[in-house]
Amino acid sequence: MAEAHTLPAYAEALGISIHDVEGGLPILTVDYSSDVEGRPGHYHGGAIAGLLENAAYAALRAQLAADGREAKLKPVNITVQYLSAGKPLTSFAKARITRMGRRNANISVEAWQTDRAKPIASAIMNILMA
Amino acid sequence: MTSLSMTDTTPPIQTFDPAQVSKMFMARAHPGWLGLEYADHGENWVELKLPWNEKLLGEPDRPVLASGPIVSLLDMASGMSIWCTRGTFVPVATLDLRVDYQRPAKERSAVWGRVECYRITKSAAFVRGTAHDGDPDDTVATMAGVFMTLSADPNAIGKQVKAQAEARAKENGNG
Repeated sequence: MAEAHTLPAYAEALGISIHDVEGGLPILTVDYSSDVEGRPGHYHGGAIAGLLENAAYAALRAQLAADGREAKLKPVNITVQYLSAGKPLTSFAKARITRMGRRNANISVEAWQTDRAKPIASAIMNILMA
Repeated sequence: MTSLSMTDTTPPIQTFDPAQVSKMFMARAHPGWLGLEYADHGENWVELKLPWNEKLLGEPDRPVLASGPIVSLLDMASGMSIWCTRGTFVPVATLDLRVDYQRPAKERSAVWGRVECYRITKSAAFVRGTAHDGDPDDTVATMAGVFMTLSADPNAIGKQVKAQAEARAKENGNG
């Protein structure tokens, strides 16, 4: 299970780590720093997208490991909705696997800061498994 | 660009030169961390370069560029294409950004993101773009996005301030 939760170099370089595991799926977190900053005092939209994407991959890897499957992940697309400003606070993200197919997974992800009920961004993704 | 709700009151820079402004924008924060560079621009488009970097790998066991930095590259080029088209810097917020990944970028290759702003309305800017790793006709990704213009209309800000002042006065009156 530990291996299933290994994050890629990009995630680690950006300061993303695993905060918790909930229902078998990881919650990722990132602290605010200059590396994720866009306009002064706010997260860059790209950094938020990076957090969302990593939460989606991490969830899918965990699910594949739980299912005893091995697969290379190929992202097909991501649609990000920015809901409110990313303030200079710690952010969290967790994905939900809406549909787990044999070749394609449909995933939705939300990112939040202080209040999980008020997400700062959400995304839907298609990821192919080969 | 940065996400929603901007209240920046910096006066607009009256001429927007992407080559010049890039030096400032990409020296710091997330674009600086990624090492983004200015590549080219036209009347309504901007091309930026994301150099190859080992720290941006997306898979534990394969030398493949993560997709996240491509979103950042295209998001940044989007904002700059909007300022190019308007000829001035105004704060914008990303509302929606969609990226379709056609294939992984070549190993050890830089990736270029070119975005054009094809339509601007009073409150929104519509952008589309591509990412490639050397041959613009052989895309790595395509994208479409919508951005919201913030505080571009001084009258709107004036009205807002007046409304807030009136609301405060009313509150004080009641209290």
